[in-house]
Parts: sequence; structure tokens; C-alpha cells
Amino acid sequence: MVQVVAIDSLLAARTLWHAGRSARLPADGEPSGHAALDARLPQGGWPRRALTELLLPANGVGELALLLPTLARMTAVGGTVVLVAPPFVPYAPAWQAAGVDLAGLHVVDASPRDALWAQEQCLRSGTCTAVLGWPPGGDDRALRRLQVAADSGDCCGFVLRDRRHAANASPAALRLVLEDGGWRVLKCRGGQPPSGLVQLAH
Amino acid sequence: MLWACILLPQLALDAVLRRHPEPEAPLALVGGPAQLRSLHAVNAAAAAAGLAPGMRLTAAHALLPQFAMVDYEPAAEARVQRFLAAWAYRHSSLVSAQWSSAIVLEVRASFRLFGPWPRFERRLRGELEQLGFRHRIALAPTPRAARVLAGLRDGMAVMEAAELPALLDRIPVRRAVLPDEAGTRLQRMGIRTLGQLRGLPSDALRRRFGQALLEHLQKLYGQADDPLECYQPPEHFDERVELGYEVETHTALLFPLRRLVGDLCTYLSIRDGGVQRFVLRLEHEQGHTDVEVGLLAPERSASMLFELARGRLERVEIGRPVVGMRLLAKHLPPFVPAMQDLFAQRAQQALDWPQLRERLRARLGDEAVYRVAPQGDPRPERAWCRLTGDEAKVPVAPSRPPRPTWLLPEPVPLHDTRLQVLSGPERLESGWWDEGDVRRDYYVVRTSRGQRAWAFRAAGVREGGWMLHGWFA
Repeated sequence: MVQVVAIDSLLAARTLWHAGRSARLPADGEPSGHAALDARLPQGGWPRRALTELLLPANGVGELALLLPTLARMTAVGGTVVLVAPPFVPYAPAWQAAGVDLAGLHVVDASPRDALWAQEQCLRSGTCTAVLGWPPGGDDRALRRLQVAADSGDCCGFVLRDRRHAANASPAALRLVLEDGGWRVLKCRGGQPPSGLVQLAH
Repeated sequence: MLWACILLPQLALDAVLRRHPEPEAPLALVGGPAQLRSLHAVNAAAAAAGLAPGMRLTAAHALLPQFAMVDYEPAAEARVQRFLAAWAYRHSSLVSAQWSSAIVLEVRASFRLFGPWPRFERRLRGELEQLGFRHRIALAPTPRAARVLAGLRDGMAVMEAAELPALLDRIPVRRAVLPDEAGTRLQRMGIRTLGQLRGLPSDALRRRFGQALLEHLQKLYGQADDPLECYQPPEHFDERVELGYEVETHTALLFPLRRLVGDLCTYLSIRDGGVQRFVLRLEHEQGHTDVEVGLLAPERSASMLFELARGRLERVEIGRPVVGMRLLAKHLPPFVPAMQDLFAQRAQQALDWPQLRERLRARLGDEAVYRVAPQGDPRPERAWCRLTGDEAKVPVAPSRPPRPTWLLPEPVPLHDTRLQVLSGPERLESGWWDEGDVRRDYYVVRTSRGQRAWAFRAAGVREGGWMLHGWFA
């Protein structure tokens, strides 16, 4: 028996994708605090319950400037933000000046071997609002675990990695790469990556 | 007042069985001098094989070649009795453990909380069963009468003081728990019941049996006050488990660990306290290994404490066989449960932050989880500090020119021929008083790779000598 299914319902369920036209997703993303970026992301901000990957040419190139408005807003309403094995010391006076309530910002020191475990624990726990990690290798399986953990823990996960991983596939829902001082969307779940760079005001 | 007596007919045996991995297998408590070892108590399986208390060990072995033997220790029995007194303290503020193998508690004051006696009694029995203790319970207007009735028949309850004398009068002297074996002697003299005994002239009784017997009778019938040694909950928790065999793996330690942590939590809920730090002492034939378990905030959830203790335990290398395990908790701070919204939506298997934090600390080390806070010191490396625990408040940093969001743990030389100075210098000069003398000119610079860096030169130096101290990330 052939079952008749309306194409609209398939499109709505995102089992079918209409080439050249992006699916309309509910704009329920976590606002990034940068209007130009939000306008380009299919959900109008950072995807919730998912992993976002930031690909950088080096550490200390503006990745925090990108994230701080979000982290400030999350901690201001009592959310818990965890930095797992950050590469440098999060300098308290500057983070406070950027509006982050340091009472809600936790740092976890971990050896490279334990850092992935710690980040997965935090993502999965259901108690963190956002978890930032700097996973050392380029392991696709590890990122998939983090993506699943972020989903089950209802958490915004961020991984910050070297730009050379941009060429490899990644299970992250959103991938941004920093090029020439601007952010380019490499992949976004639920839509085609918009073209062009987003410049943030420094 | 109404007194309930909980008689524990096989206290020492139950104390062993509830911690034994195979309570169903034949087991006997063995006591006495080395040459004349005899059975002190036996469990059901051993009794079925014909073993009985009082039997010599050699005779027992002839009946049943294989059974587990545990040394009978009066000290351990007393400890378990104290533990049960602590448990009873949950149900009443007047608890006494002055008579061996028995716990006495005043219950009338607790009826409003736990309901009338039949329901209260069911509750007591249920909890005792869960803890793993055989018991007989009786109720009477005086503690001594409750003790006597519990010995006679399980479940007896005399609520009215007026009914008591008539009932007691019918009780055989031998069963009336009289002091100094007086019961047996009276029986031989032909005095069978308490009623007959009370009919005798008191002067003659005093001469033959001493004042103690008369006082016992008066207290039994409620004609004199019976001041009991009341139980006071101790200030710390100290329990140990004798393993009875040598253990060299972690998994074999988890069962006794679960019991110990369970007992600790029972104890904590009685005291309405929590625990923040305890020691797990692994006892060897000689010496011991201590495993410290520390939390940042008081807790009393059994599953959480077990998971933490297990995490710590599994990181310890067991070099020598373990023969006993002890749990010591000296400081038991008050416990304030975290307020949770009744209708809060939480993900499945959600942890709260303290639980997650303790799990991370158990694996990564005590210092691994912290918060950062600004400090008033103008020297950049001292303008921040780490905070552990939830209590410490985060101060507000004094207002200063822009600071980088990443600080390098140590300044490193910055070699870049195309540095572009964006702003500066800002002179920081401080610390001459504490050996941490700092005289630097800080600049915000742009590196040739486009990063914004926070770098300094020694104060007054105009050329080269850049040290990188942070990134404006």
C-alpha cells in the first residue's frame, strides 16, 4: 500500500530538505549579543542543546569577545558557566568588567586526558547553562560524545579548536571559523551557511 | 509516660550478619579462651544443621565441617547498641540503652508525630527489619515493666497504669529480670509469682536479698521514679567493619563501604546534620591506609557520599591486604538542604552543581574546581585569586584601564618586529614591601598576526624588551 504523505509535513519534520531554500526553524536560539551574527544564524542565536565549534587561527584572537555577552547574560540570571581546562587564566577583573557575574563562572583544571571527560560530565549534568572546552585532538568521536551530552544535558556547549580542523567534518551543530578578523559560518544545522564575514566591533 | 522496650535477642549476630556478604550461609559467633572456644550465637542456617549457642567449637565442627566463624566481641555489640540508640533517638528524645540487648524509649510524646501506638509500632518494626535486626517490642507505663513484658511476649502493650499491677502480679519471678539471680533463688524457695513476692514482708526481703530487689520492684510497679541513663547523641561518627577475610581488590570493599555510608547517613539524618569531611581507614594486619574524602559543602545523600567515597577509594592503590574498614567523621556541621523549586523542570538524571563539582573533584583532585575573583592588588598577577567553596563572595575590582580577558600564568618574552602600539604606557609600580617588587610600563599592542596583546617593558625602557602578559581575546 502506498501511503500518501504531504510534502509539507516532511519538510516540517526536517526529514526532507528543499535545496536552495532554507527550512524555517523556530528562532529559539540563545542570543549571542551580536545582532549581525544572530541575523545570520538560522535559529537567531547559538543553538541550544547542542555543540558549537569555534575554529581559531590561535588562542586569544577575539573568541572571548564573541562569547562574553552570552556568558554575561547567562551568569546574570543565575546560570552556571564552566570553563574546562582553559589555555590561559581567565582574568577576573576583565571578565567582571565585561559583565560576567563571577559567582556563576567555574573553572575546572584538568589534564588533556581528563579534559574531555570533565567537559562531557558538565554538559550531561543538566546543571550547567554553558560549558566551554578546548579539546586537544581532532577526534570526531569525542566531539560526537560532547554533542550528545549537550543534548541530553540541555546545555549550550562550545568547543574552541585550531582552524586547521575546519577541513574535517564535525558533528557540531554550528561551526564558525575566524578568517581575516571576521567570523564565517562554516556549517549550521537547519539551514545553508550564509555567505560573508561577520565583523565584530572590537 | 509510656515506655516501649525493644529487645534485641541476637544483637551481636545481627550486627555481623547485616554486614556479611553471605548471610544465608551457616555462620557462628565464636567466643571464649583459645582452648575452650565455644559458640556464642548461630544463624538460622547453622541452627538448621544442629549447631546451638553454648556448643564447643570442636563439637560444632563434628556436626558441620564448614561454616563461617566470626569472633564474638562484646565491644562491637555495645557499639551496635549505641547505633540503635541513635536510631531510636529519631523517634523519641528519651532513649536509654542502659540494659544490655535492649533499647528503651518514651513514646507517648511522639504519638502526635508518628500516630497511635499500633501505627508507631509498625513503623519501628519496619525500620528495624530494614536495618537488619531481630526484635521484640512491648509497651508499658514503666520502662522496667516494658522490659519484662518484651521478654515474655512480643507485641504486648499495656497503655493504662491501672492495669499494670494486676498483670505484673501474675508474672513468674524467674521471668521478671530481677537483680542478682534473685528470680531463680526465689523460685527455689517456692515463691512463684511477683504477686506472692510482693506479699512478703519487706524487712525480711531486704535482709535476704538486699535493697536492690525492693527498689527494682518499686520501679517495676511505678511506685518509685526510675531514673534512666539517657542516651546523648555523640559528637562524631566512628564505625568499623571487620571483614573477616583478606581483601586485595576494590570491588570487594564496595559492599562494606555501602553499609558504612548508609549507617553514616542514618546517623546524620538523626542529628539533622551533614558531613563535609570524613576518613575511610583501610586496616591492614599491621598499620592502616587513610583515604580522605572532602567536600566543599556539607552533604548527607547516601548515594552521593557513596559515589564520592568510591571514587576516592578506587584511586588508592591497595598495597597490602585489607582486613577491616572504618569510617570516621569528626566534624558534622549543620546541613541546610538546597531549596529547590517544586515544579522545576530538570533534565533526566540531572545533578545539581555541588554533586557535579564533587564528582569532578573526586577524579581531578581537590584543587581542580574553583572560581576566579578580582583582588585589590595593582600588580596584574595578584589582581585575581582563586575561590573554592560557595560561601566566599566575589569582590568588585577597582576601576582600572582595560584589562585582557586572558592572562598568561607567567609573562613570556614577545619577539615581534612589527608590533604596533595601540595604547599605553600605563605604569604599574608596586610591591616594594613584600619582595614582589614590580615596576613596569604596560601597553596594548597589535601583533603581526593580528592579535591584541597586553605586553610590558621595564619602567622607563623605550626600545625592545617586550614581555607578553595577556591577550585581549
